[in-house]
Amino acid sequence: MSPLRLAERLLQLIPVLLGISVIVFAMMALTPGDPVQIMLGDSLADQAQRDSLRRDMGLDLPVVERFFRFLGNALTGNFGLSFFHRRPVMDVILERLPATIELTLVAMLIAIAVAVPLGVIAAVKRNSLLDRIATVGSMLGVSMPGFWFGILLILLFAVNLHILPVSGRIGFGYEVKMATGFVLIDTLMAGRLDSFLDALRHMLLPAVTLGLAMSALLMRVTRTSMLEALSQDYVTFAEAKGLSRLRVVGRHALKNALIPTVTVAAIETGSLLGGNMIIETVFGWPGLGRLVVEAIFSRNYPLVQAAVLIYATTYVLLNFLADLLYTVLNPKVRL
Amino acid sequence: MSSVDAALPAARSREESILAGNLRDFLANRMSVAASLICLAFCLIAIFAPMLAPQNPYETDLLRRLQPPAWMDGGERGFWLGCDALGRDVLSRMIYGTRVSIMIGVAVVLLATVIGTTLGLLAGYLRGPVDIVIARVCDILLGFPYLIFAIGLMAMMGPGLQNIILALCYKEWVLPCRVVRAETLAAREQDYVEAARALGASRWHIMRREILPNILSPVIVVATFRMAYIIIAEASLSFLGLGVQPPTASWGSLVADGRAFLLDAWWVSTFPGLAILALVLAINVASQGLRDAFDPRLSR
Repeated sequence: MSPLRLAERLLQLIPVLLGISVIVFAMMALTPGDPVQIMLGDSLADQAQRDSLRRDMGLDLPVVERFFRFLGNALTGNFGLSFFHRRPVMDVILERLPATIELTLVAMLIAIAVAVPLGVIAAVKRNSLLDRIATVGSMLGVSMPGFWFGILLILLFAVNLHILPVSGRIGFGYEVKMATGFVLIDTLMAGRLDSFLDALRHMLLPAVTLGLAMSALLMRVTRTSMLEALSQDYVTFAEAKGLSRLRVVGRHALKNALIPTVTVAAIETGSLLGGNMIIETVFGWPGLGRLVVEAIFSRNYPLVQAAVLIYATTYVLLNFLADLLYTVLNPKVRL
Repeated sequence: MSSVDAALPAARSREESILAGNLRDFLANRMSVAASLICLAFCLIAIFAPMLAPQNPYETDLLRRLQPPAWMDGGERGFWLGCDALGRDVLSRMIYGTRVSIMIGVAVVLLATVIGTTLGLLAGYLRGPVDIVIARVCDILLGFPYLIFAIGLMAMMGPGLQNIILALCYKEWVLPCRVVRAETLAAREQDYVEAARALGASRWHIMRREILPNILSPVIVVATFRMAYIIIAEASLSFLGLGVQPPTASWGSLVADGRAFLLDAWWVSTFPGLAILALVLAINVASQGLRDAFDPRLSR
């Protein structure tokens, strides 16, 4: 991609991000209920104190001015105080963010590790029993409501078999001092292998649940593109040269077949963010998604607003990266 | 004029035979037909819920708190799938929950399809500034993460049936809009549109009576596919407590009700989730068959 095209593509992000911030701001402005009232609750503040708080929060300004203030603050990461925590919203969010990123990455890794080999085998052994099972499995995977699948896993592995924990991020007694916020890294850095394994056990069920729909989709994409690659002339040629089947599939076809898989994986990582809110609630995972859901019910609107904005921005950037990746991997495509 | 009229019946009968052929292809696919029948059964359950439900879904009875399904120890005939934490019959609540899922699924897809098709026709046929504005709005909305904004919208607007439909519709119309726009762009260059224009037909007439009937099949295929997604999205919102409000039963909220009692009452969460899976799976299989028969170009 030429630098000019890249710049153009970057510029196209601006209206999207602006649109997102307008809507996020409007959400707040249109919410029924007076923010000052929500913040003060039943406290005994008199009218003068309420008015002064209103002025401090900039609520007496015209809407347009309030929007530009909000935008300016958002760009510097200032989303005001969390009603509930009485701390800057950004601090609270940053504290929870690593748990969500870690879970999402592990879910993605599991999804790819399951989907790619299955998709390749299903394509190579087309119409075999394994292919049929994989196809039915992927149909089930996309039709499965994630929150219910998570509950089934809890019922089976935690409640009945007692081999995995029900919820949380690490067991009692295994905690280590957090340095990076990523529990798998921190436990290793602390040299606690037992803690690392315990953290891994906690992560298994939520990550599998979160990755399920994605792996179903990735498997289908891999199978389709592998089938297409296998029908190409260069594969026939490689086979005619007398190369082994494994070599033809592994070296020649796979390289091309994986391009759509990688792109879809990058795009789908964005949708995992939405799934996070639900899966983190099911498994009591102390990440950003659960924080947002809790904030919604405690009417902690500044936090909801900031989190939605951060989620949406991440989503847009991930999609942009997926586009980039696609052009880099596939020189035939001009964005 | 007369030559156009004479050509019309022939064209129409050919059109019909294509449709009939599509329908034959669809009916030949036994899996899809079976799946369609399951979808139909769910619709009937939704319509006749008051007649089918063995118990009153709202009647609480603390003596029946977490009563197991009929075939288990402590179960009781008439309360086939057991009772929830307030002693309400799980099966009856599921039957009433079917109404919520199907009603919201149909309402959202219908609304989105009508809005999307109208805007897509306008953008594709009129082109120019109308097209540019609609395309820009679509681009911006496509950048929005679906569920996150739906959750945010529900948080701000508060729960309720009308609000869920709005929260799920906000970007749902973009997909049919894009499909219709692309189809309209292709259709407007066709001879039959040219002929209608030469005969002095109005733009409105051409869009509605000439182009629309010819591009309907991809629209229907997209709509059925999206229905499955919308039903899961609604269940997810209800599961989080952002959907319809208690005591109204929705499959998602029924699963959530049982979450606190997984240790001693697995049935409260398990059966409603199974219903979601069954309906969504049936819709997915049926719409795949529909797509293969009616619009092979969309097949991956």
